[in-house]
Amino acid sequence: MIKLDNIEKVYRTSRVETVALMNINLEVKEGEFISIMGPSGCGKSTLLNLMGLLDAPTKGQLLINGKEITSYKDKYLANLRNQEIGFIFQSFHLVNDLSVLDNVEIPLLYRKISSSQRRQMALKALEHVGLTARIYHFPSQLSGGQQQRVAIARAIVGRPKILLADEPTGNLDSKMGEEVMNLLVGLNEEKTTIVMVTHDKRMAERTKRIVRIFDGRQVG
Amino acid sequence: MLKNYIKIAFLVLMRRKIFTFISLFAISFTLTVLIVISAMLDHMFAPVAPEVNMQRTLGIYFGEMKGPDSTWNGNPGYGLLDKCARNLPNVELISIFMENQTVNSYLRGQKIVSSLKRTDGEYWKILKFNFLEGSPITNEDEEKANFVAVINKSTREKFFPNESAIGKYIEADSQNFRVIGVVEDVSQFCNSAHSEIWVPLSTNKDQGYRREVLGRCVGLLLAKSPDDFPSIKTEFAQRVNNFEFPAELKNEYNKITCFADTSLEIISRQALGDPNPTKLILILIGLMVLFMLLPAVNLININISRILERASEIGVRKAFGASSWVLVGQFIVENLILTLIGSILGFIGSIVVLLIINQSNIIQYANFQLNYRVFFYGVLTTIFFSFLSGVYPAWQMSKLNPIEALRGGIR
Repeated sequence: MIKLDNIEKVYRTSRVETVALMNINLEVKEGEFISIMGPSGCGKSTLLNLMGLLDAPTKGQLLINGKEITSYKDKYLANLRNQEIGFIFQSFHLVNDLSVLDNVEIPLLYRKISSSQRRQMALKALEHVGLTARIYHFPSQLSGGQQQRVAIARAIVGRPKILLADEPTGNLDSKMGEEVMNLLVGLNEEKTTIVMVTHDKRMAERTKRIVRIFDGRQVG
Repeated sequence: MLKNYIKIAFLVLMRRKIFTFISLFAISFTLTVLIVISAMLDHMFAPVAPEVNMQRTLGIYFGEMKGPDSTWNGNPGYGLLDKCARNLPNVELISIFMENQTVNSYLRGQKIVSSLKRTDGEYWKILKFNFLEGSPITNEDEEKANFVAVINKSTREKFFPNESAIGKYIEADSQNFRVIGVVEDVSQFCNSAHSEIWVPLSTNKDQGYRREVLGRCVGLLLAKSPDDFPSIKTEFAQRVNNFEFPAELKNEYNKITCFADTSLEIISRQALGDPNPTKLILILIGLMVLFMLLPAVNLININISRILERASEIGVRKAFGASSWVLVGQFIVENLILTLIGSILGFIGSIVVLLIINQSNIIQYANFQLNYRVFFYGVLTTIFFSFLSGVYPAWQMSKLNPIEALRGGIR
C-alpha cells in the first residue's frame, strides 16, 4: 500500500542543514494499522507528511498502491491526496466558518460529484462517527472529542484507502481519546489502512504494529 | 463548489466586519468618484443634443495679441472671426456668437437673473436643440436685427408658467424680445450651447463689436469631415497670421495668435498650454490609475492579512486535494463577491451623488446620468479592481506549503 525505500529528508537553509529522516525503509500493507512512536522532534510527523504527499523526500523512493511517486507536481499530488488519503490532525483543523456538514464535505468539493451526492456522503460519514445530531453546529459549539470525530468524518468521507493520523488523541482527555481510538480501530476493521503517529503507548498498543523512530532513524 | 465558495465568502466577510467595511468603503467610494467623473466627461464629450455634431466641430475660443509693451488675450472678437474664419475650405457652416452675458429682467416687480447668448442663424444649424415649441433664430432675423428670442424650458416656467410662450414678449437687458421658440434646458457643461435666452447677435446694443479683434465672441466651424481639421486649422492660422490690425491697434500690437481647436484641444490648451490632448489624456489616465491603485494596494494588504488568518484552512484544503489553482479560484471568487458588493454600493452611491448634483443646480441644468457606457466603464473598473486586489494575495497564499499552512505560518 505504502512503501518507503531508503527515504531521506533534509531541510536546508542558507546556513543550516538539518537531517530530519535518514535511511527509512518501511512498508505499510493494505489493511494494516501501524503506529509511529518516538520522542518529540525525532521525525515522526515528517515521516507522516511524506507518506501523505504533503512534503517531498530529499532522497529515496516512495510508492503508493504500488505506483512510484515520480512527479511532485502540485496538481498531481493534490489529486492523489484527494482520492487515496485521508488526514486526521492533532488540533483537528476544522474550518470555523463552516458548519459540521460543510466541513465534512470539503474533500468532496474537489471531486466531480453533485451537491446532493456530496451531502449524502457527508451525512453517512457523520453517521459513522455518531454526529448526525450536530450537522448544523459550528466547530466552536462542539467539544474537543466531537471536533475530532468531525475531523475523522471529513477524513473518511471520500472513502480513502489510507488514513494518516497525526496524534489524533493528543489534544483529548483519556475518555474522549478512547472514543476516537475506538473509531479508528473500527475503521481499520473495515479494511482502511491506518498510519498513526502517537506518543501514547496505550494507544500504540492497540495498533497491529509499532514503528519506532529516534533521531530521524528507524530503530524498530 | 461555487456555492460553497460563495457561502464561505459571506461568512468570512461577516467575521471581520471592520476589514469588510474598509474594503467595501474603498471600493464603493473609488467607484462612485470614477463613475461621477465618467458621467461628467461623458456629458461633456459625448455627441449628444444639442452638440450632436461635436465630432466635426472646431471651436475658436481664444486669441492673443502681442506688441512690444503689451499683451492682450481673451475671446476673439467678431471683426477677427468675420475676416479670418468665413469661407474656409472644407467648412460646411460657420457660426459666430457671443459668450453668455448675465442679464436682468423684471417681472411683476421681481428681478430675474438669466444668461443671454447672442447668436447668428448658423448657430442653430450646427447645434441641434430640442424644440419644445416654436422655431430657431434665422439668418434673416440676424440680418434684420429682429428682436426675437428663443428661451429654455426653465425660463418659460419663470415668465409664462403653464402656458405657451410663443408670441409673448420677454424683457432682458432692457430690450424687449418676442419669443419665437422654446428649447429643452441645456447643461452648463455644454459651453457653446448653454444659455437661458438666445437672441440675434445684431440686436447687441453697441454695434462696435463688429470691429473688435478680441472681444466676447466664439467661432464654431462645422467641417465636412474630421479629416479636414488639419487643413482648416492651417488655413485659419495663415489668415490670422496675415491679419491686418485696425489703425487704432497698429501702434500697440503687431502679432496675433488665434486657434481653431476641438473640444479636447481647447481644454488641453487651457490646462497645459499645449493643444495636443495626448498629454492631457495621459495625465488623466495616470491620475485615474493612481486613484484606483491606492485603494487597490490597500485592498491587497487587507486581503493578504485576511487570507493569512486562514492559513490553517488553506492547509486543510490542500491536504484534502485542492490544488494551488483551485485555491486561487476560491480566493478570487471571494474577492469578486466583495468587489461586486462594493460596486453595487458604488453604483447606488453614484446615482445618489449624480441626483444631488443634478438637483442642487451647482452645475446649471446638469443632467448627469448613469448611461450604459458609464455602466460598462464601471463594470470594467470593478473587474480590474477585483483582479488587481485579489489575484496577487490569492496566488501568494495558494503557494503556501501545506504543512506550514497547517501550522499557521508562511513559507
